[in-house]
Amino acid sequence: MSKTLFEKIWDKHIVQQIEDGPSVMYIDKHFIHEVTSPQAFAGLEKRGIGVHNAKQIVATADHNVPTLNQHLPIQEELSRMQVDKLIHNCKKFGIELYGLGHPYQGIVHVIGPELGITQPGQTIVCGDSHTSTHGAFGAIAFGIGTSEVEMVLATQCLLQSKPKLMRINIDGVLQNGVTSKDIILHIIALTSASGATGYAVEYAGSAIRSLSMEARMTICNMSIEMGARCGLIAPDEITFNYIKGREFAPKDNDWDKALAYWQTLFSDADAKFDTEININAADIEPMVTYGTNPGMGVGISQTIPLAETLAEKDQPSYLKALQYMGLQAGNPMKGQKVDYVFIGSCTNSRIEDLRQVANFVKGKQEAADVEVWIVPGSKQVEQQAQAEGIDKVFQEAGFVLRQPGCSACLGMNEDKIPAGKYCISTSNRNFEGRQGPNARTFLASPLTAAVAAITGKVGDVREFLN
Amino acid sequence: MSKSINIITSSAVPLPIENVDTDQIIPARFLKATSRDGFGKNLFRDWRYENDNEATPKTDFVLNNPIYSGKILVAGKNFGCGSSREHAAWAIKDAGFDVVVSSFFADIFKNNALNNFLLPVVVSDSFLQQIFQAIEKDAAAVIEVNLTEQTITIVATKAAERFEINAYKKTCLLNGYDDIDFLLSIKDNIKAYEAQIN
Repeated sequence: MSKTLFEKIWDKHIVQQIEDGPSVMYIDKHFIHEVTSPQAFAGLEKRGIGVHNAKQIVATADHNVPTLNQHLPIQEELSRMQVDKLIHNCKKFGIELYGLGHPYQGIVHVIGPELGITQPGQTIVCGDSHTSTHGAFGAIAFGIGTSEVEMVLATQCLLQSKPKLMRINIDGVLQNGVTSKDIILHIIALTSASGATGYAVEYAGSAIRSLSMEARMTICNMSIEMGARCGLIAPDEITFNYIKGREFAPKDNDWDKALAYWQTLFSDADAKFDTEININAADIEPMVTYGTNPGMGVGISQTIPLAETLAEKDQPSYLKALQYMGLQAGNPMKGQKVDYVFIGSCTNSRIEDLRQVANFVKGKQEAADVEVWIVPGSKQVEQQAQAEGIDKVFQEAGFVLRQPGCSACLGMNEDKIPAGKYCISTSNRNFEGRQGPNARTFLASPLTAAVAAITGKVGDVREFLN
Repeated sequence: MSKSINIITSSAVPLPIENVDTDQIIPARFLKATSRDGFGKNLFRDWRYENDNEATPKTDFVLNNPIYSGKILVAGKNFGCGSSREHAAWAIKDAGFDVVVSSFFADIFKNNALNNFLLPVVVSDSFLQQIFQAIEKDAAAVIEVNLTEQTITIVATKAAERFEINAYKKTCLLNGYDDIDFLLSIKDNIKAYEAQIN
């Protein structure tokens, strides 16, 4: 019988099916971090049980770590306590920890792939909704709550109901200056912030095939922003070449065996999807959000929609969002003043993102009245940026290259955007208060963020290229 | 945490806003605790207080309005979208709610709620509007949620709707079992599966 990519992986991981209930799903890889794990370990202790298999778990500290002076003790007491708790729990249960000071430390969804831990055909979970990132390798990867973290620690299994299946085909050639971030913001604007709830989404088509692994990760990363359980892309030569030779990638005979399996991971020609969407890549513009969920985005040449164009019952939430953002319906986004630029997060903090920004800003200067924070996704990304002289380019432009962590994506550490200020951000969420109480977020690609960094405004990167 | 739920009869707190994300339910800066307790006081923190200051409550926010109270929170569609933080479910439960009603829940939130004996009840758009109207008419309007029967009723008008929940989860909620108890009970099957894949 023909199967989708999702079904091939799903079927292989079902331990048993509960009658008139969910399936027991086996989890291959479990990533943990300091914020959503302490209560799970406390739960194990309360039950007097240990972890099922520590070798399938990898830990890092990312959510609340400072991005300056990481060699010093964490100043903020509660953050320090959470990080200390993680160190304690990892030691106690024998879990590998890439904590502060470790050369592999970084944002959990950056380090998994760069270390070769993330591989095709796996089931991967983490107490973080952006776990969908790892789906770019052709894996079923999704975020879970802390009770579920406890379940996976205790049994390496989860109870899951099979989601519906959606395929989004993006065919054709992207315009110059349009990136994978623009593809996913375009998709979410099209489907809405809840348009894929209950679905596993496979991204396919020639435009997807042409993307690098890092660009594919950006797309899968934001699957959750349209409500999807997970997002995935069939692995291909680009995937295999990316993984080969990485620290935890299979070696020698194991590699050949793994590769033979990975090459079977694609949706069969006549596999059935519950929903299918087709998009022409050439229609996608550089995108920017104007509202308070990631579905509230427009092409850079467009204007903020008028409330009248929405259903009457949707208007109050819409007007509330515009009021929070201090924006007027009908106005263009292009030209909107920006106070802060944040380039970072599990969506866009990888070396290709930093290279793109560096190439664009080389020889240019930070705009007056704009503060630019660049936060690499991991120690390895930071080191690579230094090796390539990208740090110097940023320094000459007046930007600060900080140290790895989640940073201003969610403002759990000191990196908060002040109330009322506008931040163009390469992260994934523009929710009210996400980057700090009353902070206002415009989501965009690293290139569009770079334009704002040197002009102080939301601009169209295409006008700067050619 | 009260384990096991069945019939909840209570007035309700209306939150007729769509896409309420978990950053609103509990902002990230309050996720630094290492226990599950005490999140209720920061529920909807930035909608509740002006300038993050408990001395200046926003009087127009429902949780600050003394005419609304009860164990049932009624919210617009796509409730709980965004982050996977279970702290959102802990905060709602800790603030005294046993049920959240919406026309649509985000996936991860729904699981988190169920794992904390906070019942997510999915109703039709039109029934959701009927509940909001009933509360608008009478802030103390009583709603009855009956898990055994899988029904939700506006007591004054007797308007009722059936809601879905899978049989496994229903049994868990009625009896106070959680998924970890179940998974631990099938450890042998899990080990057999592992032996077969390795």
